[in-house]
Order: sequence, then C-alpha cells, then structure tokens
Amino acid sequence: MTLEEEYFRDMLRIRRFEETVLEEFKRGVFSGTTHTSIGQEADAVGVIRQLLPDDVILTNHRCHGHFLAYGGDMRALFAELMGRQTGICGGRGGSQHIHYKNLYSNGVQGGIVPIAVGMALAEKQKKSEAAVVVFIGDGTLGEGVIYEAFNMASLWSAPLLIVVENNHIAQTTPTEYALAGDIRMRFQAFGIPALELDTSNVMEIAGNTFQLMREVHEDYAPRALILNTQRFGPHSKGDDTRSEQVVALLKEKRDPITLMEKQLSSDSVSSIRAEVEQQVKTAFEIALADPVATMEGRP
Amino acid sequence: MKTTVLESLNQGLMAALKADATVHLLGEDILDPYGGAFKVTRGCSTAFPERVIPTPISEAGLTGVTAGMALRGLRPVLEIMFGDFTTLVADQLINHISKFRWMYNDSVTLPLVIRTPMGGRRGYGPTHSQSLEKLFMGVPGLTVLAPANFSIDTHSPGSLLENSILYTDSPVLFIENKMQYLQPLLTTEILSDFDVELRFDPSDSEEQFPIYCLRIKGAPPATVTISAYGFCGELARQAQSKLAFEEEIFSQLIIPTRLSPFALQPLMESVARTGKCLLVEEGTRSLGWGAEVAALLAETLGDKLKQVKRLAALETPVPAAVSLEKSMLPQQEDIEALLRKMSA
Repeated sequence: MTLEEEYFRDMLRIRRFEETVLEEFKRGVFSGTTHTSIGQEADAVGVIRQLLPDDVILTNHRCHGHFLAYGGDMRALFAELMGRQTGICGGRGGSQHIHYKNLYSNGVQGGIVPIAVGMALAEKQKKSEAAVVVFIGDGTLGEGVIYEAFNMASLWSAPLLIVVENNHIAQTTPTEYALAGDIRMRFQAFGIPALELDTSNVMEIAGNTFQLMREVHEDYAPRALILNTQRFGPHSKGDDTRSEQVVALLKEKRDPITLMEKQLSSDSVSSIRAEVEQQVKTAFEIALADPVATMEGRP
Repeated sequence: MKTTVLESLNQGLMAALKADATVHLLGEDILDPYGGAFKVTRGCSTAFPERVIPTPISEAGLTGVTAGMALRGLRPVLEIMFGDFTTLVADQLINHISKFRWMYNDSVTLPLVIRTPMGGRRGYGPTHSQSLEKLFMGVPGLTVLAPANFSIDTHSPGSLLENSILYTDSPVLFIENKMQYLQPLLTTEILSDFDVELRFDPSDSEEQFPIYCLRIKGAPPATVTISAYGFCGELARQAQSKLAFEEEIFSQLIIPTRLSPFALQPLMESVARTGKCLLVEEGTRSLGWGAEVAALLAETLGDKLKQVKRLAALETPVPAAVSLEKSMLPQQEDIEALLRKMSA
C-alpha cells in the first residue's frame, strides 16, 4: 500500500466511524454527547502520522479522529461511546475523556495546553527525546490559560507542537464574531514560529508537519501549526445552524477524502472502501455486544 | 533555638528534593536569596538549581504544567504564593488533575503536591487572608492536607510534606497557615502537660496522615470534644490547656492532618463518650468543614450526639483593619467561651 493509500484509508476510517456514530445516535445506541470531526480528517492523519513512537498527544473534545489516526482500536472507541466495560476507559470517560498509550484528551477548553507544556518539559528533563503535540480549535483561542502556556513553552523551550485546527466555527459562533487580530501573530508574540496552511490535502499537511516536528525535536523548542479546515458536521449532534447549501459547498471544495480519492486508482479506492466498511461494521457489532459498564468492585 | 513549623516544612522540601531526582519545585519568587514570599523554599534553589524553577505569575497555567509533569513521570511540587490564588487553579484542580486517574480508568497516576498558605491575622486584607480550603474539600480524587504543629515520633509538618511529595501517587493540596510558620514545633517535652496519642485512619495503611488526640495528663474524663486543624488546632490547644488548669473544664482535642477525604474514626469515638463536639475552623462558617463533620457525627452517632457547635469566621470578606479582622476571625477566647457554655 502506498503512503497515499494508507492516508486515504486512515481518513476514511475516521469518516466512517463518525458517520456511524451520528447515525446510530439517532437510534439510541449511544447516549450523552459527542463531537465529530467530519471534514477535518486530513489534520488528524496528516499530523499524527508524522509522530515518533514515544511522542505524546494532547487532544480535546473532538478527539475521535486523533485517537483513530494514532492507531487506537475502533471497537474500544465505539465501546467507550456506548458505555461498555471494554471501552478505552471502561465507560468512565466517554467521547471526550480518553487515555490510550501516549494520547490524552479532556473536554474542558484550554486546560490541556499547559498540561502539554508540562509533559514536554518532563520529557525534556527525562532526556527521552519525545515531543508533545497538542490540538486545539479556534474556539479555544478565547481561553486565557493558553497564553500563559504559550509563554512558558517558549520561555522554557518546551519540545511542543501546538496545532490549531481552525474550522472557522466554534460550536455555532463564526470565528469572526469571537477572534480579534491574527492567529499567527498570537504565537509570534511569544516567540513561537507559526506556520499557517489552508488546505484539505493530507499530503501537504503531512509534509509540513514532518518538517515542523523535526524542528521541535532538533531545536527542543515549540512550534505552531495553524490548519485552516472545515467541519461538515454539527458541533455536537443536531446543533448545526448553517444552511445545507453552505455545508454542501464546503464539502464540494474541501473534502479531504474526495481530494485524495481522485489521486488513487479506482481499484484501490474500492478495495480500501470495502476493507474500511467491514472494519467499522465488525467493530460496531462487537462493541454493541460487549457488557455494559458497571461500578461493581471498582471504587 | 526551637525549630519552627516553617523550618520543618523547609526541611521536608529539601529532603524530598534530595531523595528523588524526579522531584521538581516550581513557584513564583522561590529563588534564593529571596526563597519564596514566606521562605518555605529558602535554600532549595541553591542546593538543587536544576530542579527548582522560578515561574511567571501564571497560577492556572503553572498548575497545568505540574499536571503534565506528573502524568509523564515527574514528582512536581508547586507553591502558590497565597492560598487566595487557588481560585485561579480551580479549573486545573477540579476538571483536570483530580479527574484524570479515575476518568482514565485508573491508567495514570498524578503524584503532585500544591502547597499554599491560607489564613489571616496579618492584616493583609480581603484577597490575601482567606481560608479557602473548603472549596476543595469533597472534590473526588483530591487529597487536602493541613500540617499540625507537632513533632512527635517521625511525624512533623516537614515529614507530612515530604511523604506527600515522595510517596503519594494522587494529587495533594497542602494547606499551610501563615500564622503557623513562626510557631515552634511541639515536641513531647514541650507538651509535658499533655497526653498525645497518634491515630491513623484504617484507609491510611502507610500511616502518612496522623490524627493527633490530646488530653491533659492525669485529667478526669473529658466532657467535651474539640476538633480543629492548622492554626486553629493550636488555638484550640491553648484554650484546652487554659480551661483545664484555670477552670477545671476538661476536653479532648482531635487535630486531623487529612481534611479530605475526612477520617471520622477517632473523633467519633471521642464524641461518643463526651456527647458534645466543638468544631473550629478559620474559613467562613456556612457549608464548610465543620458543617460536614457535624453532619457525619449526627449521621453516625444519632442520639449519642447531644450538642455540636461550630466556631468559624463571620460570613464577610476578611477585613484589613486589625480590629475588624480580630472580630471576624475565631480567637482563642471565643473557643474558651464556647467550651464554658458547652460544659455547663
């Protein structure tokens, strides 16, 4: 399988997983809430596939894609969202609070950024040569604690890549209603070099991330990557206030999966599609049959 | 020269830094020669320059940084200069630090200690004198400790801090009281008028968090039980001694060092005998530590609990003026007055 085919498969896995979640939510298979990243799959795959095995990932409420791109087990993620004993965190965390290997997520905005700085400093102190990547969205740029964190990351030369997935909408609020000035300049003010991309091409994101991660590892210093992207789905489940036409137009222009599909042979596309379909179906069915989480014997 | 609580805490920090290279100390203005606003960290940066990190004034962010360090294998200690500033660290403490272990299905540990001085009586005014620890008690996954002034057996304020740093794998909020700092450590020699018994909760199998049970030596059975922690524990001890010798009012005093989760055992045993309990704290009275302990006693003891009283701060901010502050915060005389009433 070529790298392009692998990235296509990885993005498709995220897409089909999340589409299944949204569909099955309506049927009551899942409860609570969830946040999908449909449309943003190139960010997850493009960035995370460049990490070294010991690198650490801090992610947020919209973390399914990051988990799956990291190699997380789809059945365990389904199970976590279904409240099953076999879930990533035994049903305790749910959609936005997961820990798997070196990936950690939390559902409160902003707080993961100083934690990422602390992790990067710990890795540096341990001389492990691992770096940390933290994912935030444009909405999180409103949280004050992240600027404390940017300051400390720069001041203490933390090996950290800060990825801003700017999908131009925070829940229902368009970025222009919430954000003053320029995102890049916010990083530059702290002496953190920032690269901004406006693409849904996973290979472009991958190439640039590879370069940035090399700098983070070699220079032991933070970098920022601002990814302009588009979310096609709702913030959560049924809370999209944008018109269908607007979303359709975004899909037409900025779907990372369609873009990649056009570059692959139709044979490999159909075989990958069939493989992913089967994976999602199997993972879903196994998770559904898994035992419901219980407090028994657990303090 | 007698050792002070401050020196004991300083020795505990130094011992922890010396014992384990993963221990890191962070805080504002902690570098020598200043050594921290209250000097608890004095000498640390000179002895361990690589692991004592002076920080910007970023309490929220710093708390997050310590969380990240703890999640990745270090043992960070963070000084928050004034306990009043714990409001700034609340998001990290409540929504991140205290939750990670449980919500990640026990797959991580967070060995970190956040130390901070609370308390008034120094005229620092409304935002530098509070006792806000009640806001953090009852938060699942967070241990709240307060050192007592005693140095008995191997237990002291410094050893409580050292053990928390080195051996506790869950996050600790370590509440000091500014008035305790310059007080002398109380040894069994100094406490020659007292019988002091060290008790430990069954859940504290490592015997890390002593509960000090004090009565006057050779006194008749206590007719009332007092419980208090931190500086109020010392106020209560003075009141206990004075009333015993001057008015023949005999009490038992229970001073816990772990406030949350709270261990009821020795207190409950004492109150089961006396039937009366006075709870003293420096934070405001409503919905606080005393309220919770009173509720626990009532639930557990039923009819055996005849009377419970709380002595705490008035429900106002802490005033700056010395005279106002004195009226607002619980004083030794207030404890004595209540003990008189309760034993009547």
